[in-house]
Amino acid sequence: MAKIKGTIVVDNERCKGCGVCVASCPCDVLELSAEVNSKGYPAAQMKNPDACTGCASCAVICPDSCITVYRQKFE
Amino acid sequence: MAEVEIKKENLVYEKPKLITDNVMHYCPGCSHGTVHKLVAEVIDELGMSDKTIGISPVGCSVFAYNYIDIDWVEAAHGRALAVATAVKRLHPEKMVFTYQGDGDLSAIGTAESIHAAARGENVVAIYINNAIYGMTGGQMAPTTLLGMKTATTPYGRDPRLNGYPYKIAEMMAHLDGTTYITRQSVHTPANVRKTKKAIRKAFENALAGNGFSLVEVVATCNSGWKQSPVASNQWLEQNMLPFYPLGDIKDVKKED
Amino acid sequence: MAEKEVKLMKGNEVIAHAAIRYGCDGYFGYPITPQSEVMETLMELKPWETTGMTVLQAESEISSINMVYGGAATGKRVMTSSSSPGISLMSEGMSYLAGAELPCLVVNCQRGGPGLGTIQPSQGDYFQACKGGGHGDFHMIVLAPNSVQEMHDFVADGFDLAFKYRNPAMILADGAIGQMMEKVVLAPQRPRHTNEEIAEECKAWAACGKSADRERNVVTSLELKSEVMEQINLRLQAKYKALEENEVRYETIDCDDADYVIVAFGSSARICSATVEMARAEGLKVGLLRPITLYPFPKKAIADLAKRGVKGFLSAELNAGQMVEDVRLAVNGTAPVAHYGRQGGMMFAPDEVLNALKEKLINNK
Repeated sequence: MAKIKGTIVVDNERCKGCGVCVASCPCDVLELSAEVNSKGYPAAQMKNPDACTGCASCAVICPDSCITVYRQKFE
Repeated sequence: MAEVEIKKENLVYEKPKLITDNVMHYCPGCSHGTVHKLVAEVIDELGMSDKTIGISPVGCSVFAYNYIDIDWVEAAHGRALAVATAVKRLHPEKMVFTYQGDGDLSAIGTAESIHAAARGENVVAIYINNAIYGMTGGQMAPTTLLGMKTATTPYGRDPRLNGYPYKIAEMMAHLDGTTYITRQSVHTPANVRKTKKAIRKAFENALAGNGFSLVEVVATCNSGWKQSPVASNQWLEQNMLPFYPLGDIKDVKKED
Repeated sequence: MAEKEVKLMKGNEVIAHAAIRYGCDGYFGYPITPQSEVMETLMELKPWETTGMTVLQAESEISSINMVYGGAATGKRVMTSSSSPGISLMSEGMSYLAGAELPCLVVNCQRGGPGLGTIQPSQGDYFQACKGGGHGDFHMIVLAPNSVQEMHDFVADGFDLAFKYRNPAMILADGAIGQMMEKVVLAPQRPRHTNEEIAEECKAWAACGKSADRERNVVTSLELKSEVMEQINLRLQAKYKALEENEVRYETIDCDDADYVIVAFGSSARICSATVEMARAEGLKVGLLRPITLYPFPKKAIADLAKRGVKGFLSAELNAGQMVEDVRLAVNGTAPVAHYGRQGGMMFAPDEVLNALKEKLINNK
């Protein structure tokens, strides 16, 4: 059966660690990093990459346009 | 487990083309950034980046002109809709919109806003309502809720001292010159998508010469509200939306 | 297209005719006595049907000046008119226009003040017009007409100077000039600048739609970094210095051999030209220097007269003493400087000024 999988790329240095992407993800893919970027913000990252469906909810709500989303269909 | 390939064919969402690379000065989680993206996407999708003129306010979003790659005019506090009136009347073929906060549009700018709407100017006002004055440090706005604590209502807004909040969108809906008045939010992805549709509809309304459009976006100010961005979105849902309900308030075609 | 014509009309009416003939793109205004005829005439002439000029009655003077700001920001030739209390409301707008380096024309038909004042003429807004007109270090280019013809001519001159220096310009008239009827030669119609011409002429700064061949233009007067803001201010100051070196205008009557010189502008100067005749008839060598540009002020011309040996200067103005300070600065202690004025809408007669000249200067050794 075909499976849709997604992945995201976060611009670490642009991210301000606001966390709204983490709260918006319907599949609990995201968390804020334990480390901070050069501005002192904990950037968002995938903790459960396999659960990502590429719905782009995180990217859509991100105020700083940090997230790029890719989606691929696997047979 | 097969991995998603990072390539153009798989691209679903990226930074909008008309959003510049400048790092936004807004606080983490601020609704401004989200709304800016939607405006940028709509202008690009309409193919009007060379024909759109934005009017920026005084407030946190005074620097909107650093983030969306079109020509901008910075207006004095509250005056954006007067500025927009002239720009549109002198350049009727251009798309003209203002981007204003609650103080800019509905406190100091009330007269300019009401009259541009009453005249039915073919412009769009994007009205960011977060019930507080963010840039100046979190003072009361005309839209601050009763009981809400701000820098100038430290004990909570008391109607005997500070009067009542008011809804300018509903007031504008009574004016013959207005044709599309809507209230949206960007606190969930679903609402972000609805807000984009509303902005697009408003822009098309203006381009069709159908009169004045207002897109109010009920927004958060997590610094002013002294909560985290995620908590602010929840607070908005529980406290702002009951008083500022979402949806279309007016959607008509101008009578000839 | 309208040809050159000679007509009899009011000062306020001629502003409307001159604006249309100049190719003005837009007028945004609000009624206030004694200048409402400017907008009424524009509305009667319906230039939107002939030249395509926009004429809009705004809801206040605050709105009017911000509409002017918007039009100017896109490279259009736009103007407004008002009278003293309305001009006060425009102060913020004028500071923004100067700070954003935008060209425009503002007409002030002065009335008596302060406050709501009276509707009769005065010259009480000299300070407001010439010492900035709003907050911050800036100047408006200020032209003071003393006839209906000059009201007409200064519309073109004001716009030309405004665009040459990218700075707001003001015609500082008064209710008398606005309401008087005189013969005037109207200039032939000039075509309005097209959008393409404007996009080319103003491509370095105007926010008229970002074309692919340039960066976006942002019209703003905001700059939060002090080092940069200082440079912007220095650039503005250099502009004002250039104005002071190149654009001073004034008129002299009988100053070459004058022992005493009256300095007066606008309506006051018309009255004082009769004073000069009366004085000369009595054998007194009196002359008149009439500044036409109040900013830039003809300091050098006045200083030269003082150096040449003029024994006293009388600043005759319809106010409590405003231009007299600039005369005093120019004379710089070389000779006595006095003031004579009327206020509240009262105007002086030529013999009053002559009596004041005798009392304060000639007989006052």
